[in-house]
Amino acid sequence: MKIVALSGSKVGSKTRTAIDYTIKTVGEQYPKVEVELVDLADYDVVFSDGRDYREYQGDTKLVAEKIMEADAIVMGTPIFQASIPATLKNIFDLLPEKAFREKVVSMIVTAGSPKHYLIVEQQLKPILSYMKAQIVPIYVFIEEKDFYRKEIVNDDIIFRIQRLVEDTVVLTETYGKIRKAKEEVYGF
Amino acid sequence: MEKYRIDKSKGLEFGIYTLGDHIQNPATGKRISAQQRVQEIIEFAKLAEQAGIDFFSVGESHQEYFATQAHAVVLSAIAQATEKIKIGSSATIISTADPVRVFEDFATIDLISNGRAEIIAGRASRVGLFELLGYDLRDYEELYEEKFELLVKINEEEVVNWSGKYRAPLKNAKIIPRPIEGSIPIWRGVGGPPASAIKAGIQGVPMYLAMLGGPASAFKNSVDAYREALKRSGHNPKDFPVATAGFFYAAETTQQAQREIYPHIDLGLKLVNGRGYPKQQFAQGTDTRDIMNIGSPQQIIEKILYQHEMFGHQRYIAQMDFGGVPFDKLMKNIEFIGNEILPAVKKYTAKSKGESV
Repeated sequence: MKIVALSGSKVGSKTRTAIDYTIKTVGEQYPKVEVELVDLADYDVVFSDGRDYREYQGDTKLVAEKIMEADAIVMGTPIFQASIPATLKNIFDLLPEKAFREKVVSMIVTAGSPKHYLIVEQQLKPILSYMKAQIVPIYVFIEEKDFYRKEIVNDDIIFRIQRLVEDTVVLTETYGKIRKAKEEVYGF
Repeated sequence: MEKYRIDKSKGLEFGIYTLGDHIQNPATGKRISAQQRVQEIIEFAKLAEQAGIDFFSVGESHQEYFATQAHAVVLSAIAQATEKIKIGSSATIISTADPVRVFEDFATIDLISNGRAEIIAGRASRVGLFELLGYDLRDYEELYEEKFELLVKINEEEVVNWSGKYRAPLKNAKIIPRPIEGSIPIWRGVGGPPASAIKAGIQGVPMYLAMLGGPASAFKNSVDAYREALKRSGHNPKDFPVATAGFFYAAETTQQAQREIYPHIDLGLKLVNGRGYPKQQFAQGTDTRDIMNIGSPQQIIEKILYQHEMFGHQRYIAQMDFGGVPFDKLMKNIEFIGNEILPAVKKYTAKSKGESV
């Protein structure tokens, strides 16, 4: 199983910190699972111009291909201007319409204010549904006060990340089994 | 219809098209050479002619996993190797070509083939060729519309006066050689949604509708929109043929057909479009209402007749070689078509003269 842990912003450190905790947790709970960090701050990704994702060059192609090859994606996003950041939206625009078919996607959200709690529900989940993701319904919402100098200082958040990792892995395995059983019935 | 060489008294025309893809056989993991692939395509056309198939066409795709980028050259070899089957492109990407050169090529193929050449002009669903050939993807729409209209104009008028944005102007330009009948059928290649079908209607050109999957009724919208647009633009829909194209594969039983072709289509789509064909959707393809003509000969006959009743189209074009299908399987398919499918389809769709669709 291949998981991509995506940090969806070029700004700030909270999302990246939360994603780092997630990667560490995967390593501890599921040492056999392959998990790779993709921090959009580390890549120079161009804006989508409508071409097939494999026809881009450099970082854009690299990032798109990493996501397309994953079985599951833990998506970390901050909330900017009451929405997801443009860097993350651009990733969706670069990928094909049904890019997340047969992939599990779970979400970790960092925000400066609890007022942003439903942004993911109302803005990110519809995009993921449209792109045919198997969404892990419960996401981890982390506020400013849960961080101190690039560490998560709220144990509740750490427990939530552990549960998110478990849900992501278990659902990926389960959907894989369901798909396999279903496809065997077709006989072709 | 005569202008487009369609004789309705002979029933629904049956054609074969290849994109000229060059992909390994998923069963063996081995890919034949480009030389063998091109030669097998020419052989494929010869066998199609012997089986009584009406039309054979070859497409161009300028990217990895394809071998017929120079599709006009392949078609000229087919023109020489055959005697009566109609031949065409499926499609010629007119957006990134010079319409004068395209017309010269296909007029010449018409002379070589004694009046059998046709063009299906498309916009490209894979757009890598824009960069390769030095075009800006932002001009996608306009490049196609302008160049397609110029191609149609050259086909209608031997001496052309024209100016546009993407090509040097033509002043009293004599575009030769002329095809045997002065012009050749030029179709507009159209994808799923009705927007492009409507443009074909406004332009007053025949429509070639590509259908990958899903219910036939979804494509009926495009056919209706096309005929409606023809009417609104002052054309008579009865003068303009519609061709449909999509996946085809026949075997003794429907299950065998699915088992044999699925790995090819799935791998082919994965390599060419980046995503495979979901098994769940492919499984629904056995329903008569689904557009994919994959199954036993009897099931395919039922589907083609169902589609003909729905669309009232004049030509169906089958794609059966996608994704590294080995040649012996193509031969077997042609046998099914020639012996079982074609006679039944012709029998039920042939119209006596004067009878309308």
